[in-house]
Parts: sequence; C-alpha cells; structure tokens
Amino acid sequence: MLLLPCPWCGLREEVEFRYGGQAGIAYPADPDALSDEEWADYLFMRDNPKGPFAERWYHVHGCRRWFNLVRDTATNELLAEGR
Amino acid sequence: MAMRYWRAAEPKRSYDVVVVGGGGHGLATAYYLARNHDLTDVCVVEKGWLGGGNTARNTTIIRSNYLWDESAAIYEHSLKLWERLEEDLGLDLRFSQRGVLNLAHDLGEMRSSLRRVNANALNGVDAEWLTPAEVAAFCPVVNVSPDVRYPVLGATLQRRGGIARHDRVAWGFASVADRLGVDIVEHCEVTGFVRSPAGRVTGVETTRGTITANKVAVVAAGHTSVLAAMVGLRLPLQSHPLQALVSVLLTPVLDCVVMSNAVHVYVSQADKGELVMGAGIDGHNSYTQRGAFHLIEEQLAAALELFPVFAHAKLLRTWGGIVDVCPDASPIIGPTPIEGLWLNCGWGTGGFKATPGSGWVFAETIAKGEPAPLALPFALDRFTTGALINEHGAAAVAH
Repeated sequence: MLLLPCPWCGLREEVEFRYGGQAGIAYPADPDALSDEEWADYLFMRDNPKGPFAERWYHVHGCRRWFNLVRDTATNELLAEGR
Repeated sequence: MAMRYWRAAEPKRSYDVVVVGGGGHGLATAYYLARNHDLTDVCVVEKGWLGGGNTARNTTIIRSNYLWDESAAIYEHSLKLWERLEEDLGLDLRFSQRGVLNLAHDLGEMRSSLRRVNANALNGVDAEWLTPAEVAAFCPVVNVSPDVRYPVLGATLQRRGGIARHDRVAWGFASVADRLGVDIVEHCEVTGFVRSPAGRVTGVETTRGTITANKVAVVAAGHTSVLAAMVGLRLPLQSHPLQALVSVLLTPVLDCVVMSNAVHVYVSQADKGELVMGAGIDGHNSYTQRGAFHLIEEQLAAALELFPVFAHAKLLRTWGGIVDVCPDASPIIGPTPIEGLWLNCGWGTGGFKATPGSGWVFAETIAKGEPAPLALPFALDRFTTGALINEHGAAAVAH
C-alpha cells in the first residue's frame, strides 16, 4: 500500500485517499467554442506515462482536500509534492 | 529432445505486417492474418517472453454476456471461436464450458442483471436468471443465506461460459502461426517507430534492429500508451495494476465460475485444483505489475462471505498485470490518425475471453485496410463522435 503525503495531514495510508487522475486538466475557458475533437481531448484523452506523472489525490477519509503529487508510475517513487 | 512449439526466429529486415506484442491477442492476430487472409509475411515482436504479460496473469474467464449489441456481437463471435478453437489449433486448451454466474446483491443490480439477460436473449447470447434457490442448486458452495450483509438475490447464468488454460492458448496460436510462416521474435522490444517524411509509420526500431513494414499493428495492452507516445499520439487509456491470486491445490469444490460485482470477487477452480480469484483494479496509474495488499484483503473478505468453506484455503500466490482501461470499458480496434499504424487495445480488465475474436477482427481490419464490421463500433473516433459503448456493468470488474 502506498504511503501518501497529504499536505495538511502528513503521511497517511492509501486507503484514506481517492485517486483523481492527471493533474492540470483545466475546464475549458470557453466550452461553446470547442470543436468535437477538442471536447474529446478535454474529456477523454490523458497522458499515461511510464515514469514521472503529475496526478491529483483526494483525502476523502481525512481532511477532504485535494492535492498534487509527481509520482513515478514505474517505481512508485514520489518525486514532488504540492497543493 | 524437447519439443519446440515455435521457431526462435531471427527478425528479417522487412515484413508486410509487424505485430507489436506477443500476448494472446497479438498471436491470434498473426494467426488469423495467415489463416484467414493468406498474409504470412508477418512478424510478431515481443519485448519479454511469449504470453508472459496479461495472457498469463488473468483469471481466464470466458463469457459473452455483455449488454450492448456491439459488444454482444464481438464477444459472442469470440465465444463461438473458442468453441472450436481446440480443433482449429490442434491443442488441448482445457477449455471448459462450466457456466458463469454473475451474482446480484441489491435491487438495482437485480434489475440491471435482468435487463442484461433480456438484452442477451435478443442478441442470441445464452442467458438465464436464477433465483437464490436455483443458485444454490447450481453451485452449492455459494452462501445464499439472507443473514449476510449483501445477500444473494439471484444471478445471471451463461452456461456456455467457462475457463481455459491461458498459457496453452498463447502456445496454440503461436505454434500454428509459426507453422503457417509467421516469425515470432521474443526479447525484442520496440524502442521507436520508423516514419516517412510525410509521417507515415513504415516500421519499428527494436532492440534487435530496425524492421520495416507496410503496416504496424500495436497490440500491447497496458503499454499501448507508452508506444503511442513515441509517435505523439494521446489515447483515452489509463494503465492500472489488476491483481489476482490462487490458493493452494484443493480437491474439486467449485465446478463453475462465480462473479460478484457488489462484494467484488470472481472465482473459479482450475483443473489442477487451485482456486483462482480476481480483484478490482488499483485506482492509481501504475506500470509496476504489483498492486496494494488492501485490495487482496477486500477480495478475500468477499470470497469468505460468499463461500464460507473457503476459510480453510491457504493463499499460495498473488500477482498483478497492467491493464489498459478505457473510459467506457470497451476496447479500441482499428486505424489511427497516423497512416500505417493500427491499434488493438483498451481491453482493460476483460481481454482474455476476447482473445480469438479480437485477433479475428483485427486481422480482418489490417488485411482489408478498413475496419471489420464487428470492429467498426470500437474505432478510436467514438470518443469524438460520442458513440461510447458503456460496458462498466457487464465488465464486472471494479474500475
């Protein structure tokens, strides 16, 4: 089980968290202006690297706040923490 | 002298088709290219050993009771191929149509299960609804007592569903494809793609040299995104660990497949005697081929609630594979925006059952240069058109 550093609660076990996928996917500023391809890109297309990955976690059974991590998906090594 | 199922081929410099990925789906693709379409100038490159990825890591469940017409068509085609596959390949695959139960534990699940039984019937897929008493008669070790947290309210049954021996499936496709002239090259990892000035994919760079090809067919399951990224292609795939486990060998106690979505475990007993059980995916992206122990704990808790007799069984081994999960729990089969590059991926948690059907339709797609009718609904462009094929219910593995 992963031990994850919640910025507010400290190191906690993975079972307290929900995964939020890739970080930095912003809601489109002008949704009406998007083409179908751009919508598909926003809704469904995601990076899926074998290596460093910036991702979102939600401390659902703790402080119920979101935060970011950079984790290596090939080794589970944590490379960066952030809010 | 040891018998070889296939030659250890040296890669030629050029082929008509290079298949990237020597798992069941890639080998089936090569087999049907040769057998159905007379394309034998074909090479399968595999970075590890043949059938050493998800083909050897899944729980071998075979069924076709999916909800939507498009899925029923391709999975039922696959099941029909399974029913004659031992004869086709000339190999005992331990294919056993022992029946697959999908249990329902609440009213919502009962309704969706009954809906699926009716949908299956309309699509010519055998399906029945069993009451708790009928479940107990069909599979006496399932606890159908109402005095549990999630009582069994009934189950769907597909009698033609069952299991097979996964490694023999890979060996069977490999040996016949080899005899038909296909080169199978193990320990040959793709490190890049050869591109024409116009951007067309014209081959692969590998750890055993450059191999050019008219068509490159990627069948790489959990590592599809890694390969696609080499040509700048983003896909709606996320790679997750999916774990399974076996008990020590036991005398026969379970003669069918039992799946439960709600309490979440799926289990059968292999011919050697071990109980084979699967879990839900680990929620985070990972390529580590290992998952967290709490998922095994949850899966065993579910198994013990459903099968109190399993409390005597000792855990022998756990492992994980990396599955490529699509947002709608359906595969992606067909051309890509990059000419010369073809994809068969996104089978996620349920690819083993589809092995022959997947290979059949992908071979047809590659050979004809356009999507096979059974593959057409599973094209990559459905994420743009919105014509998703949501099979999260029938996929029956939590993700």
